[in-house]
Amino acid sequence: MEQTHTYGDTPYHPRWLRRRVSTYWWLWKPAYLRFILREGSCMFVGWFTVYLLLLLAALLEGPLAYELFLAWSATPAVLIVNVVTLGFVVFHAITFFQAAPQAMVVRLGRARVAPQTVLLGHYAGWVVVSAVVAFFLLGA
Amino acid sequence: MTPSYDVVLVGGGGAGLRAAIAIAETNPRLTIAVVSKVYPMRSHTVSAEGGAAGVIAPDDSIDEHIYDTISGGDWLCDQDAVEAFVHEAPQELMRLEHWGCPWSREPDGRVAVRPFGGMKKMRTWFAADKTGFHMLHTLFQTSLKYGGVTRYDEWFVTRLLVDDGRVQGVVAIDLKSGRVEAITAKAVILCTGGCGKVFPFTTNAAIKTGDGMTLAYRAGAPLKDMEFVQYHPTGLPFTGILITEAARAEGGYLINKDGYRYLQDYNLGTPQPHPVFRSMELGPRDRLSQAFVKEMEKGRTIETPYGHVVHLDLRHLGEKKINAKIPFVRELCTKYQNLDPVRDLIPVRPVVHYMMGGIHTDIHGATPLPGLFAAGEAACVSINGANRLGSNSLPELLVFGARAGRAAAEYASQAREVDPRVIAQKTDEHRRLEQELFGRKGRERIATLRDEMQKTMEASAGIYRAAPALRQGVAELQRLQERYADIAIEDHSRTFNTERVSALELSFLLDVAQSMLAAALAREESRGAHQRTDFPKRDDQRFLAHSLVSRNADGSCRVEHRPVTITRWPPGERVYGEAAPHGTAHQAADRPLSSGAGV
Amino acid sequence: MAQRIRLQIARYRPEQESEATFDEYEVPYTKEMAVLDGLNFVKDRLDGTLAYRWSCRMGICGSCGMTVNGEPKLTCATFLGDYAPGPLRVEPLRNFPVIRDLIVDIGDFMRKLVRVKPWIVRSAEKPIAGGEYLQTPEQLEEYKPFSMCINCMLCYSACPIYGLDPKFIGPAAIALAQRYNLDNRDEGSADRMEVLSEHEGIWGCTFVGECTKVCPKHVDPAGAIQRYKLTAAIDSMKAFFAPRGA
Ligand SMILES: Cc1cc2nc3c(=O)[nH]c(=O)nc-3n(C[C@H](O)[C@H](O)[C@H](O)COP(=O)(O)OP(=O)(O)OC[C@H]3O[C@@H](n4cnc5c(N)ncnc54)[C@H](O)[C@@H]3O)c2cc1C
Ligand code: SF4
Ligand code: FES
Repeated sequence: MEQTHTYGDTPYHPRWLRRRVSTYWWLWKPAYLRFILREGSCMFVGWFTVYLLLLLAALLEGPLAYELFLAWSATPAVLIVNVVTLGFVVFHAITFFQAAPQAMVVRLGRARVAPQTVLLGHYAGWVVVSAVVAFFLLGA
Repeated sequence: MTPSYDVVLVGGGGAGLRAAIAIAETNPRLTIAVVSKVYPMRSHTVSAEGGAAGVIAPDDSIDEHIYDTISGGDWLCDQDAVEAFVHEAPQELMRLEHWGCPWSREPDGRVAVRPFGGMKKMRTWFAADKTGFHMLHTLFQTSLKYGGVTRYDEWFVTRLLVDDGRVQGVVAIDLKSGRVEAITAKAVILCTGGCGKVFPFTTNAAIKTGDGMTLAYRAGAPLKDMEFVQYHPTGLPFTGILITEAARAEGGYLINKDGYRYLQDYNLGTPQPHPVFRSMELGPRDRLSQAFVKEMEKGRTIETPYGHVVHLDLRHLGEKKINAKIPFVRELCTKYQNLDPVRDLIPVRPVVHYMMGGIHTDIHGATPLPGLFAAGEAACVSINGANRLGSNSLPELLVFGARAGRAAAEYASQAREVDPRVIAQKTDEHRRLEQELFGRKGRERIATLRDEMQKTMEASAGIYRAAPALRQGVAELQRLQERYADIAIEDHSRTFNTERVSALELSFLLDVAQSMLAAALAREESRGAHQRTDFPKRDDQRFLAHSLVSRNADGSCRVEHRPVTITRWPPGERVYGEAAPHGTAHQAADRPLSSGAGV
Repeated sequence: MAQRIRLQIARYRPEQESEATFDEYEVPYTKEMAVLDGLNFVKDRLDGTLAYRWSCRMGICGSCGMTVNGEPKLTCATFLGDYAPGPLRVEPLRNFPVIRDLIVDIGDFMRKLVRVKPWIVRSAEKPIAGGEYLQTPEQLEEYKPFSMCINCMLCYSACPIYGLDPKFIGPAAIALAQRYNLDNRDEGSADRMEVLSEHEGIWGCTFVGECTKVCPKHVDPAGAIQRYKLTAAIDSMKAFFAPRGA
């Protein structure tokens, strides 16, 4: 179907002022900063995955490799990186959860489940999964 | 190259968009342009709150809606037009339902209706209390699917192209670039809305400056019934923001400074706890606004820095009902008046709201000028007579927008090609715009002249009128016209020159204002919204007639009268409250109303 | 007694300058006066050359969006008193080309709006005489919040993604697409998905969430986008596991 067009419409008029977004736009508002941090946090999430893979590889290679891996992990540099990573991953998880109720509209019968309830459900899920993991780790 | 179309629509409000779609559906081969000084979805239809009337309830009937409209209009309505309107309104509202309008619903999924002032049955369709907003956005978004419609957004029409008595297009300024262009067409439909801005205190938006009325008037088409100005009884002081009649239809009370429901003193019935059709707070707007003035004269209103007010009491409705049925009223009160209707009384006073008059058209939207059509608030068909009933205007936009669209489509399919010579008039107009607006150094500020015009209109053509004040007003407007010639424009830019627009709008307003006073002076009777203290009675002998104002070559007005069309409803007395209009109001009078449970 | 407040208003006069500047004016105000009333005072009494858009003065037409002290606001619904003692900075909406002073070009949005087909799409139309499509109050509530958009563009102005990539279709257009998708009378969601699942569609959004925060009509465009992503993801999973369309 042919679309409506606007005759008087000038997409690029040379006289209009086009302001470039400043390189530091993310410093304008706390919300923007939080957003950039969250976007940045994906690097740490990535590192976390790599770290897990390394751990797995060491485990497969045998006890010695595992010992070496543990020693390496205990060096201050790696420790610091991992503490920072933990912070960011938690930050990432929290912001992700915060977004969840907006994305998911859960309905029970006719009524819409309150967004807070959806959020709580997510946290409850997190606690349960963590508990299961902890049980296996500590139990074993 | 001058752009050329089969039909040019001026105005992208409810009437304009409905007309555009009607043309596209009547004959998809026709080319259509919609020229609007604001983006269509900014048009003033967006502000309408309460609802749109159309017979749909099983206990309602076409005849009752017709009778309510005619008696509400104090028998000045053309009855053939009212009949067509009432018959077609439900279909038009249904069509809007099919296009996606979010009408409020009954629990079973059917469209809900609510009571409204002056209506004897529940027949007002509503989308919470943003009916106009939803209607306009539905129409606008639906119009986007029609490929044959070209939009000129933010183009300001300054003049009609007329040659040989036939209207053949418009001249408009593209506000973004400032260039002046002719847009020719075989037919032009004016859907430019009302002119509330001739008054100082109005619910109307800044854009409601009567442009289309003056464009037609200057081109030689008469304006009809311009003396009838509707005051809505409940506007917020200072801003003039409207508190919709739906607030009273849902059960709100109007009380004076003693907490007394004063309407009972003015032949509007006896107070009941629940709203009663055509009674008390649900009486017609003219009578309610007049009651306010009388109450003020008795010293029983409340004085505020922004004039005298009475109170609208919604507290007994409770938070739940207010949130479900009139959430926008609550939003507006909290934002603009710093109060919460759940707990507080709302100060209100009468405010200029609607023009019953407009460009004279027949029931197909055609004006006496070949090639020129009009619809919506800019036109006067007339279904509103001396007083419009609330919720009759929105369906009027649809019914007569569609009718004008179809009529213009038919006319354009048969009309001769545009005479290329009319384009020469663009050059004249361009020169006029340059000279009048940029060419000389004037001394008068636009805002000053506008303020003075508004004060003049309020003083001479307010809720009550009399010959001496009207004559004074006429003389004052003449002086303002002369002063307009010496207007100062500081802004010489071609890019989005809003000062130039304001100057042109002021000039449109001045012409409209003159036509109103001329018609008001000539009508020596009291009818509906036109109350003359020097002629307090309705006079069917002399004035069961429309006033037609035409413009003389020297700019002065000429008023003529022509008879009202009566079909089945001979003039009677307007009776509100318990007394029965044609015998059946009694059952209604003591039955409490409640409208659908929809949101 | 009216107090006074200073307004620093961004000016851009395209015929004379290539950068925006600020002009300062002092206006009287009372507690009822909106920022827009301040601008009107300037235009009517102090400087007729100031250009800005406005109309309804009741927060419904969507014309008067501007940046007030750094935040996108409807100036008719933002009050001078809230910024006392001032001064107050009024600038055009961010992320749009400025035509003049406080007026920006929103043509980009108008073109995008058409692309998401904001109208009821149906394979078969019901005749008018057939009456209404039934819609319960609950079904109405499904899409109602997304139908409240007044196209004021505050959300585009607050969205850094749109600022960096003007091709991003943006919050309000997606919310309006969702308004029709969730309407039980509509059958066009598959058509709209084509446009929205493009890279510049919903996936352009990285959930800054500012659009929802600045929206004066509580439309929650961020929510619309997130919900849409979920639908799109589920759709593609379904397509992956049941390619023949179960
Ligand atoms: C606050 C309020 C509440 C209301 N509530 C109700 C209600 O509940 N029920 C009801 O039935 N009625 C109601 N009304 C009345 C009703 O809303 C109006 O009468 C109706 O919307 C007018 O629509 P329109 O299409 O004629 O004009 P508008 O919607 O005013 O549109 C006019 C169009 O003309 C264009 N235009 C004007 N001049 C020019 C020019 N020179 N060049 C180019 N374009 C131009 C404008 O850009 C605009 O697009 C209400 C009115 C107000 C003010
Ligand atoms: S979504 Fe909200 S902020 Fe964005 S345009 Fe619509 S009303 Fe304005
Ligand atoms: S002027 Fe209409 S939204 Fe502010």
